[in-house]
Amino acid sequence: MERVKVVNLVQRFGLLMIIVIMVAGMSIVSPVFFTAGNIVNVIRQISINGILATGMTFVILTGGIDLSIGSLMAVTGVITGSLLVDGYPTFVAILAGVAASVAFGFFNGVLIAYCNLPPFIATLASTTIGRGFALVYSDGKPYTLTTPEFLAIGKGTSLGVPNPIWLLLVVVILASIILNISKFGRYVYAVGGNENATKLSGVKTRMVKMFAYVITGLLAGVAAVVLAARISSGQPTAGDGYELDAIAAVAIGGTSMSGGIGRLSGTVMGFVIIGLLSNSLTLLNVSSFYQQIVKGFIIIIAVLIDQRTKGKSN
Amino acid sequence: MDRQTYVLEARGIDKSFASVKVLSDVELHLKPGEVHALMGENGAGKSTLMKIIMGIYKSDAGEILFEGRPASIRKTSDALKLGIAMIHQELSPIPEMTVAENIFIGRETESRFAPFVNRKELNRRTQALLEAYNMAGYIHPGTPMKRLSIAQTQMIEIIKAVSYQSKVIIMDEPTSSLSEKETTELFRIIGLLKAQQVGVIYITHRMEEVFTLADRVSVFRDGKFIACKEVRDTGREELISMMVGRELSSGYPQNTAPKGDVVLEVRNFSRKGVFENVSFQVRAGEILGLAGLVGAGRSEVVRALVGYDRLEQGQIFLEGKEITVSHPKDALRHNIIMAPEDRKELGLVLCRSIRENITLQNMAKLAGKLFMKLGREKQACGEIASLVTIKMNSINDQAGRLSGGNQQKVVLAKSMLSGPKVLIMDEPTRGIDVGAKAEIYKIMVELAQKGMAIIMISSEMPELLGMSDRVVVMSAGRITGELTDMTEHAQQDILKLALGGI
Repeated sequence: MERVKVVNLVQRFGLLMIIVIMVAGMSIVSPVFFTAGNIVNVIRQISINGILATGMTFVILTGGIDLSIGSLMAVTGVITGSLLVDGYPTFVAILAGVAASVAFGFFNGVLIAYCNLPPFIATLASTTIGRGFALVYSDGKPYTLTTPEFLAIGKGTSLGVPNPIWLLLVVVILASIILNISKFGRYVYAVGGNENATKLSGVKTRMVKMFAYVITGLLAGVAAVVLAARISSGQPTAGDGYELDAIAAVAIGGTSMSGGIGRLSGTVMGFVIIGLLSNSLTLLNVSSFYQQIVKGFIIIIAVLIDQRTKGKSN
Repeated sequence: MDRQTYVLEARGIDKSFASVKVLSDVELHLKPGEVHALMGENGAGKSTLMKIIMGIYKSDAGEILFEGRPASIRKTSDALKLGIAMIHQELSPIPEMTVAENIFIGRETESRFAPFVNRKELNRRTQALLEAYNMAGYIHPGTPMKRLSIAQTQMIEIIKAVSYQSKVIIMDEPTSSLSEKETTELFRIIGLLKAQQVGVIYITHRMEEVFTLADRVSVFRDGKFIACKEVRDTGREELISMMVGRELSSGYPQNTAPKGDVVLEVRNFSRKGVFENVSFQVRAGEILGLAGLVGAGRSEVVRALVGYDRLEQGQIFLEGKEITVSHPKDALRHNIIMAPEDRKELGLVLCRSIRENITLQNMAKLAGKLFMKLGREKQACGEIASLVTIKMNSINDQAGRLSGGNQQKVVLAKSMLSGPKVLIMDEPTRGIDVGAKAEIYKIMVELAQKGMAIIMISSEMPELLGMSDRVVVMSAGRITGELTDMTEHAQQDILKLALGGI
């Protein structure tokens, strides 16, 4: 019993310890790191990947994956961008843009849940369809955005805290409620753990899988709005490769890639670690080329540590 | 008797899984050039012995002699090297590769380190084998395996066994998926094997095959060797009585519940090639046994009944009213619940907790429209778990870490909590120990006494006879009979009906 508890502690707080070590180490090495300005900067940088990774957690828990979220961000970006340029109200522009990525999520969900396409293939196809759509729609050119109330979403603050951080908080809290205490959350875990048994228990498993992709699409749209507002531009090339950081955050967070096991708190620590890492390497003047290599190895190490601690408890 | 008269001998073989003894002091003697039939009910231990001979399992005690000398077979390749090959019931060819490549897989070259495959040579050798068995007319060495029928695939497996210079070939119910014509062809090939002094162990449930094909027959029952007879010296009745043989074992609780009205009626259930025209009824307080051999279509029928599999034809009546069930959700709404046979595949989400597994089927009680009622969930799951006496630290334990018997109790708990009118239990005690079995039987009777209608699929004869108020027998997708009287003749009658009403 005692040993089980210790292992559980390591398992649950191993990632937290990595974060504490990173923060402590950086505070010693870099004088800039532990300043309010830099901390806020880190969290601001984290917000987009955080929102995406939260969405990704849902599909990975069902045993799937969504490679298309980067492209969906471009879709939302150009639609919202064009409507803003055409003078539509901010609210309408955002709604239309996010609706488009939700529609793509729905499309993914139907292909995967009802047409039985492997998630990898279905969302890979959506990746190029989405990207192509964004390029066709925008004729390959970015929309420069000037609407102040829209830009405030990415650049402004409320109560002294940057707005993207508020958004991230809301998204994480809502997702946590859904995963932990809603019926749908239970179904997500159950479908990922054993789809057949879940079906036999009277659950419409296809519906559950489909909604997971809708949620991922929705959050890709939300992240896209934050990104566009931050860079004052709706770009057809936006979000390229963002799915990788999101998947990495979920993996580091200890969610099983075959589904059924994982916690949102793990994902949160995952994207915090990735954010801290980028920030630390930049502060240490590591070139962004090298940063990519280091990031890859850190992901491997984090997941290895996680597997080991889980292995022990089995 | 001179040992050398036998090509393969198994003596005094014992084998237990966990604490369950599946083989005890079993023997088998195979002569060269004979077809030796091996018979026994499901779970009699035939397959286990074959797996020991093939080196898939390790025996706890006993010895295996090959050509009179003790053989140590630790893995399948040891058996193949000696000259023992097995044709499994489930064939597993590599569909994209050719006939020749499949036959010579793993030994494409003379030397293990030779880098290149001489395809021409492989094809030539394959052609020679095909000609030797009169199959060259319709199978070519270069044909991809996926183009062959099941029967042809099986022939290739046999040829592959021959190409290993096998002196013993084990066939596990080889005709179970063959047509009559294909069976004749298989028998012809077995005849050729005999002529070459190959010993064939032939596992079958089909009585007529024993009499047309086999020279001798050994019968197993409950993991014990019963007898070995010359086929010409025995008959159907004797074989059946040897297979059944046992006394009606007591220790089953008596279901004294008064039988009420018909709760569920299944009418003319059909799905092409799986089951046909299946009809039965079950009453409140009744335990209905569904008997039959593995593959008779029993599980398929009940899976269609609860909407897990598609139903092509048929009607379901619940308390006299027709209902439609197209998804397990519909069955759940009508209070028809199935506790499936395979806990790992269909019963439980093993990576989640006991609590979550119990709740999954009972959201109607334990959740509102959107959110869980956590307090009620904890209470209800705790109560039902202790009612069925699951051995656990807490209801938050992972279901996958429980023993088989305790997992089965979780399946029962989740089924019971939803308060079914009809509870379908597919092999409720498979693979669990005696103690847990008794507890599950007790729960079943208690449920019947509360007026529940229970349908129990079981392949264990004592369980069927001990627990059922009535038994319906299926064979090859059809209902072949019904027994209401569980007297001593019942076992033989059930077995006859299950073997196809001979």
